[in-house]
Amino acid sequence: MSTARHSPFHSAAAHAILILYTIIALFPVFVIVVNAFKSRKAIFREPLALPDAESFSLIGFETVLKQGDFLLYFQNSLIVTVVSLFLVLLFGAMAAFALSEYRFKGNTLMGLYLALGIMIPIRLGTVAILQMMVASGLVNTRTALILVYTAQGLPLAIFILSEFMRQVSDDLKNAGRIDGLSEYRIFFRLVLPLVRPAMATVAVFTMIPIWNDLWFPLILAPAEETKTITLGAQVFIGQFVTNWNAVLAALSLAILPVLVLYLIFSRQLIRGITSGAVK
Amino acid sequence: MGSLALRNITKSFGKVDVIKGVDLDVEDGEFVIFVGPSGCGKSTLLRIIAGLEDASGGSVEIDGDAVNATPPSKRGIAMVFQTYALYPHLTVKDNMSLGLKQAKRPPAQIAERVDLATKMLSLEPYLERRPAELSGGQRQRVAIGRAVVRKPKLFLFDEPLSNLDAALRVNTRLEIARLHRELSATMIYVTHDQTEAMTLADRIVVLNAGRIEQIGTPMELYNDPANLFVAGFIGSPQMNFVEASAIGREDARTIGIRPEHISVSTTGGDLKGRVSHVEHLGADTNVYLDCGRAGLLCIRLFGEHQFEIDSEIHARFDEGRIYRFDDKGDIIR
Repeated sequence: MSTARHSPFHSAAAHAILILYTIIALFPVFVIVVNAFKSRKAIFREPLALPDAESFSLIGFETVLKQGDFLLYFQNSLIVTVVSLFLVLLFGAMAAFALSEYRFKGNTLMGLYLALGIMIPIRLGTVAILQMMVASGLVNTRTALILVYTAQGLPLAIFILSEFMRQVSDDLKNAGRIDGLSEYRIFFRLVLPLVRPAMATVAVFTMIPIWNDLWFPLILAPAEETKTITLGAQVFIGQFVTNWNAVLAALSLAILPVLVLYLIFSRQLIRGITSGAVK
Repeated sequence: MGSLALRNITKSFGKVDVIKGVDLDVEDGEFVIFVGPSGCGKSTLLRIIAGLEDASGGSVEIDGDAVNATPPSKRGIAMVFQTYALYPHLTVKDNMSLGLKQAKRPPAQIAERVDLATKMLSLEPYLERRPAELSGGQRQRVAIGRAVVRKPKLFLFDEPLSNLDAALRVNTRLEIARLHRELSATMIYVTHDQTEAMTLADRIVVLNAGRIEQIGTPMELYNDPANLFVAGFIGSPQMNFVEASAIGREDARTIGIRPEHISVSTTGGDLKGRVSHVEHLGADTNVYLDCGRAGLLCIRLFGEHQFEIDSEIHARFDEGRIYRFDDKGDIIR
């Protein structure tokens, strides 16, 4: 086995597969970013060419920044994503702690109930959610989106985190209890730091669908002042004419914040994914 | 200060009864050890004393006060865990002082107590380090230090030496014995290792399947076991048990004899058998004798002895050291 693992052929093959996958995964992003910097004619003439002196154009970005209030859309997306993410992580971790730490009647049933959302897409309930939001006057507010996204993210968060919290040593929590720490301090000071890699994993898996979502902003908060970036980019897509420069520029800009958040979490994320395998 | 009384403690997890009525009195300053096989409920019992687990029935009294409804931090106890359970984000010093800080003690008192514990356990070089930078033995010393700092009425140890290697285990064992002498504190200690139990305890409590089988000093348990379980559990190698009928005795169901109370002879004895295996330990030689219907007999001889495998020898029992057990497994005195 050890010879197989170190042979140059195998390692070259493994790298080739990984590189191929990376190219496939990054290709759409590459096309979007490259074409965002080209003139409209150049986009259609040679979609895959890099921008050169002749075809280079910032017209897309100019349109985006002039038309519509993109800074506001950005702000909306960021607020909705960050607040939902915070709530999902906070409540998800607390629920997971309760499920994994305390023995109470219906513990398993409660765990199953909370995990049900993984299997049933929240979009099935769109009509009911819309009626609820209308009844409570939350339509066209960011709160509506935050509530829905929190509900959407919780099941997976609870499922993953409770599994990780079971692995935190009982002795450590008990030592805290004997030293007189409250259950909240045990949770925040002893347990949370130890499941940080799992939290980062959950954060990334929660954050990306929220940032990319078009469905709920379109239905629950389509007003100008609550539009998110993905919804905002849609103004350039028309039934007959689509302003591709602007759409691509808007999408390129939309990648940036999520990339930054991902980089923040990624170091922990890798540790979370490999922790089970390496130890 | 520091006496403990358990009154008819029971504990069930769902339908499973883990502890089935335990009564125990521990005097002030006593070192009491719970031993028993895995799953006998000894750790659960310790956790009930600590207040980390609620008893299903019965009461726990510390210094004469029932503490069933008192949270662990107010019971005046300190606990040392098998996995050390140090706070990973705090330095050794902060690990030791956290309990007192939580209890809102004045800083001067905290510093003084930490200082004392540090000296007692020679932890000076490590005070500013984090647990991750310490070895297993050092971590366990810090954990013991954290317990000492609290000046508890009761020290609780939950298999504190199980994660240490053999050499460290002996050192830490000596350390705990010294600590018990210096502090003259009451200590309750859980282990499955009977060497620890025999060497450290004033009194040993042998538990099996949620019940106390026998309580006594180490020598009482060794010389006068109450039943088959205790006889088999205390002493290493284990006591030999032979069907009384196999050696032609009518006065008991089972005969027990310790390996060290059997001598060998080539001419005659109580049982004849074939040598099936010999273990040379240097100071001792363990001879395993296959005696047919009477089963495998372990004989412990002092010093070095040579035996041919498959050779036939006789085992002679030390008559005064034979234990007799009745049908229920209780000793016949």
